[in-house]
Amino acid sequence: MSTDNLLFAKTHEWVKVEESDGAKIATVGISSHAIEALNDLVYLELPEVGKEVTAGESFGEIESVKAVSDIYAPVTGEVLEANTALPDNLDSLHEDAYDNGWIAKIKISDDSALSDLMDKAAYDKMCEEEG
Amino acid sequence: MTTETLKKTPLYNWHAANGGRMVDFTGWSMPVQYTSIIDEHNATRNAVGLFDVSHMARFRFDGANALEFIDGLVTRKVADLKPGRIRYGLVCKEDGGILDDILTYHLQDGDGKSYTWMVVNAGNREKIAAWINARLPDDVKFTDCTEQTAMIAVQGPRAMAISQNLVEGDIAELKYYQGREATILSHPGLVSRTGYTGEDGVELTVPAENAIAVWEALHVAAAEVGGHAVGLGARDTLRLEAAMPLYGHELSEEITPLQAGLGFAMSWDHEFIGKAALEAIDKDSLPVRVGLAMQDRRVPREHYPLYSGDEQIGEVTSGSQSPTLAAPIAIGYVSRQYAAEGTMIDVDVRGKRHAAKVVPLPFYKRK
Repeated sequence: MSTDNLLFAKTHEWVKVEESDGAKIATVGISSHAIEALNDLVYLELPEVGKEVTAGESFGEIESVKAVSDIYAPVTGEVLEANTALPDNLDSLHEDAYDNGWIAKIKISDDSALSDLMDKAAYDKMCEEEG
Repeated sequence: MTTETLKKTPLYNWHAANGGRMVDFTGWSMPVQYTSIIDEHNATRNAVGLFDVSHMARFRFDGANALEFIDGLVTRKVADLKPGRIRYGLVCKEDGGILDDILTYHLQDGDGKSYTWMVVNAGNREKIAAWINARLPDDVKFTDCTEQTAMIAVQGPRAMAISQNLVEGDIAELKYYQGREATILSHPGLVSRTGYTGEDGVELTVPAENAIAVWEALHVAAAEVGGHAVGLGARDTLRLEAAMPLYGHELSEEITPLQAGLGFAMSWDHEFIGKAALEAIDKDSLPVRVGLAMQDRRVPREHYPLYSGDEQIGEVTSGSQSPTLAAPIAIGYVSRQYAAEGTMIDVDVRGKRHAAKVVPLPFYKRK
């Protein structure tokens, strides 16, 4: 998948926003940069379908051999769907972070958090500065 | 601490140039991994892993009474160590708390003159040096050789074979926990056979200026058999599977050897600092070190609380995904009544309870 239309959070989640029946649906995943940094992935806890999530708050967890990390909701809304195939195929995230690597789809209830997200160029710059 | 103030081993430039992801480890800039913790772990179990352990402190003691002096500082009797032998032991405070776990070597130079060598955890170097200096008799000379030397651990089923080409004399003659002076790539050094991964292997201790040449020769030979340089990440998963205690996790000044499962490292038939306090402790009142196997895929980590029902009964001291078992494992301390094999307890993983079973240690034993 092209990353041109994706938005990125400072906490390394990616977001693709699409309109469906007048609602804004955000597909959310973890950036390639973060996947490479986490390296040896061993566990993913998905958010529950139907759960109300708030931008900036943890809504999932991912574990590598070395450490556990929160996955933060980049938008506010309701979880419509979770990628239940993903926890058993974590290695695929290394090749496919932006397509089959999606984690959840969220129906956005308040789109104000979208303005805090970055485009790919700005995100890449941030990663470079973080080293 | 900024990177500028971190200490660097003689192999630092090699690590940085070869993909080592460098981190601050007790004041040293060390590689946590080069490629992947799991790859490096498996390379060690299946072929050979190379570990830069130069950050560990190396002390030398000269003088006829050196071994007797060390004997009074460690829980394990070492005064009777024959030349060429190495012994694991603990340095305790007067109250029995553990200051460090160390190796004592009885070595001989080319003229047959005995000296004592000690390997100490990197983070405890200053503390143990001060402990020694405060008690050092006039007739024992103490030298900290850490920064003049490098130490490389070669571990895995192919470790002996790839090391032999660099060392004069047959290293297979060395038994486990033996060491001797050796010519390594035409320069003087030490070869020893201890290890911290549960695999067979040797450590090569060489002058700092020869470190890169020795490491590169080992690296070429390792690559030919599927081996790899290994960082601190896999070093930790390897030693966890082998259930070897790590200072700062399973061992600390607040923990006594009586609860750490280190009975083999205690010799009650000699005098050492902390002995009186340890003899006075009611052993049954202490928590016990146990192995835990998770019953699901959540990974237990250091400091996660352990529960039986609503009662907190201990905490995790080390935990990780085990690459060999492909399952999450942990070591922790629990109250004695929950330490029996097969006992089911709960690990609090970030606010949620996950079932774990008390299992025998080690998790992994080589065939």
